[in-house]
Amino acid sequence: MKNLVILGAGTAGTMMASHLKKKLNISDWTITIVDQYKTHYYQPGFLFLPFDTYKPEDVKKTIDEFIPKGVKLVREKIDIIDKDSDTVVLENGTKLKYDILILATGTKTAPGEVEGMLGDYWYKTIFDFYTFEGALALRDKLKDWKGGKMVVHITEMPIKCPVAPLEFAFLADSFFLKKGMRDKVEITYVTPLSAAFTKEKSSAALGHLLKEKGIKIVPDFAVEHIDGEKGVIVDYGGDEVPFDLLVTIPTNMGDEVMLRSGFGDDLNYVPTDKNTLQTTVKENIFAIGDCTNVPASKAGSVAHFQAEILTENILLYIDGKELKPDFDGHANCFIETGHGKALLIDFNYDYEPVKGKFPFAGIGPLNLLTESRLNHWGKLAFRWIYWNMLLPARKLPFITPKMSKSGKNFD
Amino acid sequence: MEKVIAGKSVDVDTNGYLTDLSQWNKDIAIEIGNEEGINEVTPKHFEVLTYLQEQYKKDIALTIRGVGKSGVVDIKELYTLFPKGPLKISSKMAGIPRPKSCI
Repeated sequence: MKNLVILGAGTAGTMMASHLKKKLNISDWTITIVDQYKTHYYQPGFLFLPFDTYKPEDVKKTIDEFIPKGVKLVREKIDIIDKDSDTVVLENGTKLKYDILILATGTKTAPGEVEGMLGDYWYKTIFDFYTFEGALALRDKLKDWKGGKMVVHITEMPIKCPVAPLEFAFLADSFFLKKGMRDKVEITYVTPLSAAFTKEKSSAALGHLLKEKGIKIVPDFAVEHIDGEKGVIVDYGGDEVPFDLLVTIPTNMGDEVMLRSGFGDDLNYVPTDKNTLQTTVKENIFAIGDCTNVPASKAGSVAHFQAEILTENILLYIDGKELKPDFDGHANCFIETGHGKALLIDFNYDYEPVKGKFPFAGIGPLNLLTESRLNHWGKLAFRWIYWNMLLPARKLPFITPKMSKSGKNFD
Repeated sequence: MEKVIAGKSVDVDTNGYLTDLSQWNKDIAIEIGNEEGINEVTPKHFEVLTYLQEQYKKDIALTIRGVGKSGVVDIKELYTLFPKGPLKISSKMAGIPRPKSCI
């Protein structure tokens, strides 16, 4: 009997368990998945919690219910990965020997990385919405906030779901308008990037939307510290941006088990081949989703596309064949723009998001990089797709792991 | 496209970043630095540029945090040397591609 071990039962890990359960011969392979937590959060839903459009119960299910029968779920913290002896050591001392290891430990916020972020003002005037707790604390704050300077802020890249901060700013505009207090709120978007987004064409479209909604942008701002008492964020160049309410995206970091095991980069991300998803740590260790250092978005859609390709590569690896360099960085994201509309972007390592139709050339029905109501409904429908199609690894019709160039206006 | 920098014709992208590091020399770095508002390009600047080029050759993605931990400069110094978008400006001067933020 051979052992395949998956570390992390979030989006990526659960999808891999579902795929491999279908593809691996169960008389030859034992599949084990390790996660210390009980709850599986629908993380894209965190964006809607502060505005009370999603309720806490909308984004929570148990991890157990998505682990396919025949896959062993171990609920325990991971201590260390010993790559030399092909063993994962758990905190309770249990040793799991593996023939193949898949890392899917994700990324999480590390607010302690910036001086002044955690402390007396955390969840009083400084909030995050990338955690369940943070999103709910912010919801309670917004309930009776009287207005003032709201700053939406990205600490440093890369972050999970890079469009979420923009969406938050758009939804905040919509939220305060509806409450009849938009004139009492000044929204500023502060980013370490040089524009609203890194890719040129979407930056233009999104920058235009910010302007339209009266949201000020402060680009090229790398925060050095936060002064909660004075209510300012200060960058390395000495520039200050004042706030009454700071909604920050803290530094995102990979799991500390990578640091303990000696193979993370300076943000604890695992060095991974960007096309095959085999790590450079050792040939029998693969990585998927947010835990890798590949230059793709840290997003569920990316993990979804990677999962199909990684499954194929694991089967090739088992057969002793050459891996396929098939992952092209494909990402597909809805961007909520407020007032019941959304944008859709589709891109990869080589092609930036452009206008066009998706998934059918010329027909759509979804419009790329253009606001529409249908895109918004697409975003809301995605929650159902996530629980019912993505996690059980059911094939999504018409959506391919590799990005399609048809239907797009590249010029 | 081609551009003449410091008397030498080099290949650059639409943002003015060199597309072939082998065409780079120190005078090019100085001229790009001047264009970007750095009037005096010091040996410390060149230390950073050399570090960036080494990382680029090793195919390591550059981040401000990474440079800050490199032992060459800390983040504060990096901002003093290359004010406003230090990684963008230093990469341009080093003759390597514009840093991609992972999105």
